[in-house]
Amino acid sequence: MASEEMEQLVRREYKQGFVTDIESDTLPPGLDESVIAFISQKKGEPQWMLDWRLEAYHRWLEMTTPSWAHLDYPPIDYQAISYFSAPKKPEDRPQSLDEVDPKLLETYEKLGIPLHERAALAGVAVDAVFDSVSVTTTFKEKLGEAGVIFCSISEAIRDYPELVQQYLGTVVPQSDNYFAALNSAVFTDGSFVYVPEGVKCPMELSTYFRINAANTGQFERTLIICDKRAQVSYLEGCTAPQRDENQLHAAVVELVALEDAYIKYSTVQNWYPGDEDGKGGIYNFVTKRGDCRGDRSRISWTQVETGSAITWKYPSCMLRGKDSVGEFYSVAVTNGRQQADTGTKMIHLGENTRSTIISKGIAAGRSDQAYRGLVKVGSRAKGARNYTQCDSLLIGDQCGAHTFPYQEIGNSTSTVEHEATTSKIADDQLFYCRARGIDEEDAVSMIVNGFCKDVFQELPMEFAVEAEALLNVTLEGSVG
Amino acid sequence: MSAPQRFLERLPARRGDEPSWVAARRQAGAARFEAIGFPTRRDEEWKYTDVRRIADGDFGLATHADYDRDQFESQRLALDAYQLVFVDGRFNAELSDLEGLPAGASVQPLSQAIDQDAEAIGGSLGRLAGVDFSPFTALSTAFADEGAVIRLAPGTVVEKPISLVMLSRANDVPVMSHPRVLIMAGANSEATVIEHYLGEEEAANFTNVVTEVLLERGAIIDHYKLQEASLSDLHIASIHVDQTRDSRFNSFNLSLGGALVRNDLVADLNAEGAETGYNGLFFVQGRQHVDNHTLVNHNAPRTFSNENYKGILDDRAHGVFNGKVYVKRDAQQIEAYQNNANLLLSDRAEIDTKPELVIYADDVKCSHGATTGQLDEEAVYGLRARGIDEPMARALLTLAFAGEVMEQVKLHAIAERVERAVAGRLPERFNLADLVETAEAVQEA
Amino acid sequence: MLEVKNLHVTVEGKAILKGLDLTVNAGEVHAIMGPNGAGKSTLSAVIAGKDGYEVTQGSILFEGRDVLEMEIEERARAGLLLGFQYPIEIPGVKNIYLLKAALNAARAARGEGEIPAPEFMKLVREKSAEMKMDPSFLQRAVNEGFSGGEKKRNEILQMLVLQPKLAMLDEIDSGLDIDAMKVVAQGVNSLRNADRAILLVTHYQRLLNHIEPDRVHVLVDGRIAKSGDKSLALELESRGYDWVVEESAA
Repeated sequence: MASEEMEQLVRREYKQGFVTDIESDTLPPGLDESVIAFISQKKGEPQWMLDWRLEAYHRWLEMTTPSWAHLDYPPIDYQAISYFSAPKKPEDRPQSLDEVDPKLLETYEKLGIPLHERAALAGVAVDAVFDSVSVTTTFKEKLGEAGVIFCSISEAIRDYPELVQQYLGTVVPQSDNYFAALNSAVFTDGSFVYVPEGVKCPMELSTYFRINAANTGQFERTLIICDKRAQVSYLEGCTAPQRDENQLHAAVVELVALEDAYIKYSTVQNWYPGDEDGKGGIYNFVTKRGDCRGDRSRISWTQVETGSAITWKYPSCMLRGKDSVGEFYSVAVTNGRQQADTGTKMIHLGENTRSTIISKGIAAGRSDQAYRGLVKVGSRAKGARNYTQCDSLLIGDQCGAHTFPYQEIGNSTSTVEHEATTSKIADDQLFYCRARGIDEEDAVSMIVNGFCKDVFQELPMEFAVEAEALLNVTLEGSVG
Repeated sequence: MSAPQRFLERLPARRGDEPSWVAARRQAGAARFEAIGFPTRRDEEWKYTDVRRIADGDFGLATHADYDRDQFESQRLALDAYQLVFVDGRFNAELSDLEGLPAGASVQPLSQAIDQDAEAIGGSLGRLAGVDFSPFTALSTAFADEGAVIRLAPGTVVEKPISLVMLSRANDVPVMSHPRVLIMAGANSEATVIEHYLGEEEAANFTNVVTEVLLERGAIIDHYKLQEASLSDLHIASIHVDQTRDSRFNSFNLSLGGALVRNDLVADLNAEGAETGYNGLFFVQGRQHVDNHTLVNHNAPRTFSNENYKGILDDRAHGVFNGKVYVKRDAQQIEAYQNNANLLLSDRAEIDTKPELVIYADDVKCSHGATTGQLDEEAVYGLRARGIDEPMARALLTLAFAGEVMEQVKLHAIAERVERAVAGRLPERFNLADLVETAEAVQEA
Repeated sequence: MLEVKNLHVTVEGKAILKGLDLTVNAGEVHAIMGPNGAGKSTLSAVIAGKDGYEVTQGSILFEGRDVLEMEIEERARAGLLLGFQYPIEIPGVKNIYLLKAALNAARAARGEGEIPAPEFMKLVREKSAEMKMDPSFLQRAVNEGFSGGEKKRNEILQMLVLQPKLAMLDEIDSGLDIDAMKVVAQGVNSLRNADRAILLVTHYQRLLNHIEPDRVHVLVDGRIAKSGDKSLALELESRGYDWVVEESAA
């Protein structure tokens, strides 16, 4: 379709469907080709990007929502969602902390979030409160010296089209799954990282960005490329519960590691889980995949999942390069009526590839969670090894913990091991702690933190401390 | 004509005097099967097993139950047992022998039970294996008119095993059979039941067997399923177990034969103290395909299950293990252990395993493990260091791998037979005597 | 300090303690002895607040407060600490965390602030040295993979750090070789002072050679059948328990 025709189509659709004028930058609910064209135009994207989005959209139309996950939620009306909205104007936001839900502030207090950050997280118009500009500037200079590109995906499409075109969708194809297809069609935000050959990224990315990154979009798209012998550690998310108007989140993250490259991707996810009955919580349907393309490359996923009403997430590794390594360390905590179906896929294709999976699930309240994992060893993956450990801890008798590990092994020289246990916090452990003067909730959180230790030690230092505090807050009120 | 219709075409005209409940059930089975058809790999329960070889096949029904006695005698287990013999699903009275069966125990072909004891079995037959369980139970419900019914009055202990021998013959046109086995064990009764599948080497039939076991309070049943059918036989089986208080069910699922074998094993532990043990071993080679799906439902507190499945795969064989432990809410203080280990002897063999835990109670002890790998190279080295050559060392260790399951087998005749079969599938130049002798020597050292 | 009056306790409907009286004053060391099944461990478990024990009659007062009305952790913070016969393993939770959390909880209950980190480390190092425990123990998970002797030493280490007013030690000597017992006894002796009371529950007199009690009580069938000074323990050593059982039955 020529761009003029598209332009026309866009205009025609505006006339029919849009309630607000074009200047308002906000689309009414609904999804069709014109909406995608609008997004692409707004972002100033080249034609190939629009074509790519439309291709994804057409694939998506032919797909159906996955039904295999151990989740229960009402059907989502994709026509009721608005796929593009400009940031809220300052006058629409709370004007000061006084207007913010005191419960939210209480949580920030417990998590030890600095005062000036609390306002930003709560969605208060921040400009006067927090000077992010200076921090960002120093930070950008430092990265620039090293030759690392770190920008939004929209900027990258504009400024580094050849890199984006070369890698986008090569790890998670447009039609990979229902939510990835939707994301490919309508993504509006996300990050882009390129670390050039031989460069070790001088800082952990996004650490300084916490506030900025907090304002995440509904359909994020992240693409990280580590060239030969390059290294990067990327931190996503935030320990503070985030206020978010969007109920459905469908992000896609693609990682590419070339020869001898190492990507470490850490996530702390604490979106709104909904009220006590689970109402209003975020649905988090994420596709994350890393491609160990080069020999001896390594990709490590570490995640702490405590938020969202529904989590559907399987950070995975394609181990193509010889001797490449995939790792997955996960802590998932559910309370209230939360549901989480999470795990990983390790696809061993190259010789002597190795993978490690450590998954710790804690279910409390009336929550339900599942570990779902796949370890696949291809017939050419000689000497491949996997070790999986998958433990669940139940707190209370109204929750559920489930383990669905798939192993598909097609090579006799491979070794695949899986171990799983399910247990509860023993009464005598609690009694022992209490008999030392530690109250029950503290005792539970100590024991839970002990249970998660194998994963926490994989987190970057400052994240680890926050993650521990976060667990305690999440599990509050789960005993007694 | 669709595949289900083609199968249902074969339904024989029924006798007018068949009880109405039997006829109604057949109809329900046929209707269900026609509605859902054969499973495909898109169905999670059949993700790794393709049944097109069955669906695309054209199977008749056996017209007689003849089988050469000498051949039978040479093939049967060297075991003193009560036995009922079926050939392509039809009852063979001549080869059967129930001499000396204790009072309190009743063993009869299904056709006879329907004729004579319809009331006694009517409420139980099909209670556990409903038409909704799988397309194959629906198909079975439509067709089944033969099989075995074993009933044990309270307190009856049957010392000798009861062996149900299912023979498959090399027919000009392949046939299908849908045997049913119903075991009703009264309170505190005890018995060992063997389902033994074997037949002529050239046989290429389709067997679709459904077994239901009902255990009353304190009953103990050891159940052996020894699959030694020809390498062209297609075999679908499901075993359904219902356990009440303090009952014990022990399953031994030993799978060596068949081109395509699917076993579903489901036990419901419905009252305190019920205990179930699943032991499984399969050894597949060539292009054999074996799929074991097991499920234990802990529906009541203080119930116990222990599962150990092992697979040895050679050549281009394909193995599947899917073991699920389900713990119902409030089924506290249960214990469930599950282990699956697989040994791949060839690069072209494939194993897909999925040990699942689904748990809704918090005071439980549950664990599972699955490993796939090769022989322990250190152990190979260790044996070689004692002067055993490498192929022999590997054969010994493969036998030892199977041994862990075989140790649980209480019937010596079966253990020996399986061991022989395993040894026989290893490189030719070892004979079992040699191996066993060496094994003993190693143990002493 | 501790006053137990006419204490009746049942476990799963079975009467274990049947009217036990005991008074322990500050500065004293009491030993509770008795044959197996007499209810020795029940007494310390009830005082510490373990679940599953039902007090059907009687009272327990600690410094005038009704112990039975206090939560388990309140009792501990008030200075009532139980050393376990079988210390519990808590995978993943480091000893040092447990010690710090427990100490700060007790301090908070007394209205004191958290202990400064350097001060805490100094204290803990000092006390582990006293118990002849390598500092690396502190980094290990609570009791996980510890030998029997290490677990018992760890119990005493907790006492030394938490400085309870009343330390109850349940069969602290069981499973110890003589060297380990000496270390444990030394630790307990260092706890002795005019403000603190110690209650030892033990089956064997052996421990009392190393920790000299002020009072010895013999528990028979849920009641204190006989009390005396340390010589009573020696008498039990040479004559066994039967004579006390017979005497009390008479």
